[in-house]
Amino acid sequence: MGRWLLIVTALLFLCVFLVLPLLAVFAQALAKGFEAYYLAIMAPMAWAAVKLTLLVAAIAVPLNLIFGVAAAWAIAKFNFRGKSALITLIDLPFAVSPVIAGMIFILVFGTHGWFGGSLRAHHIRVVFAVPGIVLATLFVTFPFIARELIPVMQSQGKDDEETALSLGATGWQTFWRVTLPNIRWGLLYGVLLCNARAMGEFGAVSVVSGHIRGVTNTMPLHVEILYNEYNYTAAFAVASLLALLALLTLAGKSILEWRQPELRHAVRMPRDRTRRA
Amino acid sequence: MATTASVALKRRKTRHVLPGFGLTLGYTMVYLSLLVLIPLSAVFIRSVGSGWGHFWEVVTAPRVLASLRLSFGASLVAASINVVFGLIVSWVLVRYTFPFKRFIDGMVDLPFALPTAVAGIALTALYAPNGWLGVWLAPLGLNVAFTPVGIVVALTFIGLPFVVRTLQPVLEELDKEVEQAAASLGASPLQAFCRVIFPALWPALLTGFALAFARAIGEYGSVIFIAGNMPMRSEIAPLLIVSKLEQYDYAGATAIAVVMLVLSFAIMFGINALQNWASSRHGER
Repeated sequence: MGRWLLIVTALLFLCVFLVLPLLAVFAQALAKGFEAYYLAIMAPMAWAAVKLTLLVAAIAVPLNLIFGVAAAWAIAKFNFRGKSALITLIDLPFAVSPVIAGMIFILVFGTHGWFGGSLRAHHIRVVFAVPGIVLATLFVTFPFIARELIPVMQSQGKDDEETALSLGATGWQTFWRVTLPNIRWGLLYGVLLCNARAMGEFGAVSVVSGHIRGVTNTMPLHVEILYNEYNYTAAFAVASLLALLALLTLAGKSILEWRQPELRHAVRMPRDRTRRA
Repeated sequence: MATTASVALKRRKTRHVLPGFGLTLGYTMVYLSLLVLIPLSAVFIRSVGSGWGHFWEVVTAPRVLASLRLSFGASLVAASINVVFGLIVSWVLVRYTFPFKRFIDGMVDLPFALPTAVAGIALTALYAPNGWLGVWLAPLGLNVAFTPVGIVVALTFIGLPFVVRTLQPVLEELDKEVEQAAASLGASPLQAFCRVIFPALWPALLTGFALAFARAIGEYGSVIFIAGNMPMRSEIAPLLIVSKLEQYDYAGATAIAVVMLVLSFAIMFGINALQNWASSRHGER
């Protein structure tokens, strides 16, 4: 009796807070029929937004991937002083409001910022241009891959690498042939989460973008503009593409967790796992 | 003498037998500094530059105080709702079996994966007076969209996975036999929960609460659509930062940002300390 009461309460809560908003996106997008939906998605401005979103993710995810692998290698394979402080610093962007994440790059690269004068002298635009959007995205997605890889590499130890080296492999060979295959699922998991955030980021990107249509509008920003123009069908149509991306991310995440059950808790309590490992 | 030296040398060699320590740590430090530490320091350096008097003047302005109070108050309420329902959800997911359980478990992460702007407009569409839920709530005199209640709804949405995902592993490790022992000794289910389960769970509950709270304070995208954004009433602190930036009032924006950053960092260090303490307690047993 009590058991079913709990199950029904949990399901009702999840239904109201998770399922209904998701359904609402698709219902609103299709409210005026498939043709309106199709036209909204095919609009040139929508395509410009899709392209910019893909471009930003294509720059930000690989850069944070290289950083994540480097940081995890140093942290998981070696002991040094200040290691736990370094892990805390890597997590720092999670504690920063997206709005502040965008603001810091205006303070550094904006017209009145630290490098504003010299950038203007060389006609380089960072803020209110694509480089600013990339920087803000890099900042908000900074910890994703590193914090995924650190526990994975730690749990694997360094025996495999040491064996490869003692058999005469070079450092790079060891990394490509031994380490990378060992961490590939964790890597993919981190990339998946990093990419979802990179494509969906709103607050940080909104602050640095300047909202120039067709030039500095990513998909989430385009959704906001359409929505504020009361063009709800188009806004929800573009939003539905982002919702599909979210569903694909969740599906991919579930598949990876099913393959590698230990990935499940890596996201949740990285610090705790680090200590136990 | 010579042998001890060679032994020491050997030990030093074997300790760092893997290559790449200098390269990877160096790269990590440079990348971290350029992208995170130096830009973040700009906030503090800027606000010091404008002077303490100006800082205090900005931060104690009624509109700023109202927005900070709203941000922290709504985040507190939302994180508390998440603790209650997050406990029920994670309990049900760990302990019981029912149809589509794996699917539902996967859906819990939706707020992590769904872009905040999409969540914002979806929740607004639901709770607007003519929306699926708003239609039912409006006759009851309950206006959610464009009021502080709407802010709490949006913050509850984004905070949910933090509590559930923090509790799940702890619940999975919790021994069912302890409860059964409590029950066989005559404890009622409520007593068993209060005396046996809750003491094991509360560090995770508090961590989940703090994570959801910290995320909610800084949240922007999902809130601004549903909030109505009326100064003094439904204007959150991050939005006030944005509007000050749009007016090129950088000194004002940095002053609010400093308050929020200091509080967020304090929460983060609190979470770290709590987890250290909890895992050391766990280790002792």
